[in-house]
Amino acid sequence: MESHPYNYAIVRSFVTWSIIWGLVAILVGVLISFQLVNPDLNFAPYLTYGRLRPLHTNAGIFGWGIGSFFALFYYMVQRLCRTGLWSDGLAKFQLWFFNATIIAAAVTLLLGFNSSKEYHELEWPIDIMVVILWVIFAINIIMTIVKRREEQMYISLWYMLAALVGVAVLYLVNAAEVPVSLFKSYSAYAGTNDANVQWWFGHNAVAMVLTAPPLAVFYYFLPKSTGVPIFSHRLSIISFWSLIFMYLWTGAHHLLWTPVPDWVQTLAMAFSIMLIAPSWGSVFNGYLSMNGQWHQMRENYLVKFLILGITFYGLQTLQGPLQAIRSFSSFIHYTEWVPGHVHMGAMGWVSLVLFAAIYYLVPRLYGREIYSIPLANLHFWLVLIGQLIYSISMWIAGVQQAGMWHALNNDGSLTYTFMETLVEMYPYWWMRGIGGLIYLVGVLVFIFNLIKTAQNGKPAEEAVQSA
Amino acid sequence: MSTPAFEKKPILLLILAVLAIAVGTIITMVLPFAWVNTETDRIETVTPYSAIEQAGRDVYIREGCNNCHTQTVRPLVADVLRYGEYSKSGEFVYDRPHLWGSRRTGPDLARLGGKYPDAWHYQHMEAPTSMIPKSNMPAYGFLNDNPLDPAYIRKSMDVLGFPYSEADIQALDGKTEMDAIVAYMQKLGTGIPWRQTAAVEIVGDLTNPFPKDPQAIADGKGLYAQHCAACHGADLEGNIGPELEGEDYDDEILFELIYAGITENGMPSFAALVSEKVWQMFNFIRYKQDN
Repeated sequence: MESHPYNYAIVRSFVTWSIIWGLVAILVGVLISFQLVNPDLNFAPYLTYGRLRPLHTNAGIFGWGIGSFFALFYYMVQRLCRTGLWSDGLAKFQLWFFNATIIAAAVTLLLGFNSSKEYHELEWPIDIMVVILWVIFAINIIMTIVKRREEQMYISLWYMLAALVGVAVLYLVNAAEVPVSLFKSYSAYAGTNDANVQWWFGHNAVAMVLTAPPLAVFYYFLPKSTGVPIFSHRLSIISFWSLIFMYLWTGAHHLLWTPVPDWVQTLAMAFSIMLIAPSWGSVFNGYLSMNGQWHQMRENYLVKFLILGITFYGLQTLQGPLQAIRSFSSFIHYTEWVPGHVHMGAMGWVSLVLFAAIYYLVPRLYGREIYSIPLANLHFWLVLIGQLIYSISMWIAGVQQAGMWHALNNDGSLTYTFMETLVEMYPYWWMRGIGGLIYLVGVLVFIFNLIKTAQNGKPAEEAVQSA
Repeated sequence: MSTPAFEKKPILLLILAVLAIAVGTIITMVLPFAWVNTETDRIETVTPYSAIEQAGRDVYIREGCNNCHTQTVRPLVADVLRYGEYSKSGEFVYDRPHLWGSRRTGPDLARLGGKYPDAWHYQHMEAPTSMIPKSNMPAYGFLNDNPLDPAYIRKSMDVLGFPYSEADIQALDGKTEMDAIVAYMQKLGTGIPWRQTAAVEIVGDLTNPFPKDPQAIADGKGLYAQHCAACHGADLEGNIGPELEGEDYDDEILFELIYAGITENGMPSFAALVSEKVWQMFNFIRYKQDN
């Protein structure tokens, strides 16, 4: 009946490599968190904080994040379109080109080749590799959808398509630069314009890489894991269109109180608040899909990961708009609060949803049942606790730091020098490092569980393999 | 509810998605180009980077300094008191890319130029804790070992379209990346003459409010260790700043030097501490001289 079989081999390879790059991201993250505590852990010139931090973020976003979206999109698109991939060969090439790009990125970042733009540090030759990678991926996904054998496109496919064009537009515009040498270029934009373009990119990279794709994953894997459909299709439609419409206005909330024109800042602030609605549209859709199914939180570890994941998405999309308000921004911006916020999104929302999806895939990719559910539960608690220690200690640190930065004496002078505020951060930086270590242990448990499954898990029931 | 068309037509969905993201993009990202970096926000005194300053800026980018240091002072009381005059759009027209940053693990650097003498920066880059105990900044002494490449810097200046003379390029011979980054540090925020306009003038009579007061001396000791010792030595013996043991200015003059600073030679102003603390430091210095 199936003329063109599903290609699971490519999904398996992308899962493996994304986990490897994810591990690199976490290891580098732990190292740089301890570099903040002890500067002697900087080994100049290649292993200093300034060069390693972009490696941490790039390995996390591009290696772990996008790597697993490649895997999961290729899985979902075949299932949702009831057809194999448009081109298996192209997908295979993409896998190798993906790894070549990530390796080239890691090496050049350590050598100090970077554009300085946050989340877009890669210099122009690697930029071109990223563009090629994305075009290949987009063609394969779009063509597979075009030749689908299921008339209606499920919600996950909308988010996928939006992410494909969104990332392309953002990346190309922000990459405009003039090369000086093989690994050095200057931005095409200057000063305030450059900042505004960069944060239009920076914030919408969060939309198109760290929101739309994990939502695509969530909308697919929640019903698959619970066995009940999404609560409201209409709510999905409203959330989807309003999300992708509103997000693009909000970049300048990263630039409140800077020389960027005031009206741009005001629009960014207003739209950030409005974004709560579509974000929570998806959160409610997830929660209400659990009507009558909440007992699965106890019984089904996949549901635990997914529901905690969407809960962190909900918290993230309340905290984010709060930070986008001018008055609160003046207090909290530039402090440790911000990494606390970012890591709730990265370690909480995105990673928890990815873990669940990968667990769900394992029996289908390897034909074996997961090696140990207790270990999967241990993994859940370790990453949850690690992330909470990280984020909560950073929020407290940020509030204290902000309070000290802004404190004035009765005579109008500053109460604290900068160094007096910095030394107060050391205990929190220890906590952050420890939180990161716990998270790392959790991920090692996850990897161990997957390896054992691949090696000698119980063969999965045939129903799973052919379903 | 009948199924909306976009759910059945992927190309339609792609087109609609592009339109949806185009609206906010055009209004908040494209439109500002009509105002920003035009004649309206041009500042006449702001000049492009010189060859060595731009070379230093490239080192700053390569080492990822922007991961811990911002370069934009906000129009907020605490920001202005701590760092100086708030940043103006026209000051950044030669910044490709901008380096405003997003985290202040270290302090903002937008107004650093002229705050310290060159010697302070050389010593601080080499060993940050020698100037700022308990600092967690990595040491950048290796920049001393990297000579500048004049031919390459010439190419950079051409790409950026910044003016330079043959003498500027020749002067780079024998200079290191350390020289370049220090030159860049001294350029930061000097496009407007804010240090001169922000300079304080003392009016009225100056009298020491707590001569030989032990409490003031004790308070002054801590302030001296924090603000003065790195340059003038823990025992007034001097370092990159002059020794103070034999200093014998009149009281008003010494107070004024600490309070207002000496803009030309890198002695910072401590006016932001307000006069009481300056008198405490003053009394500690006098006490040390007598003992």
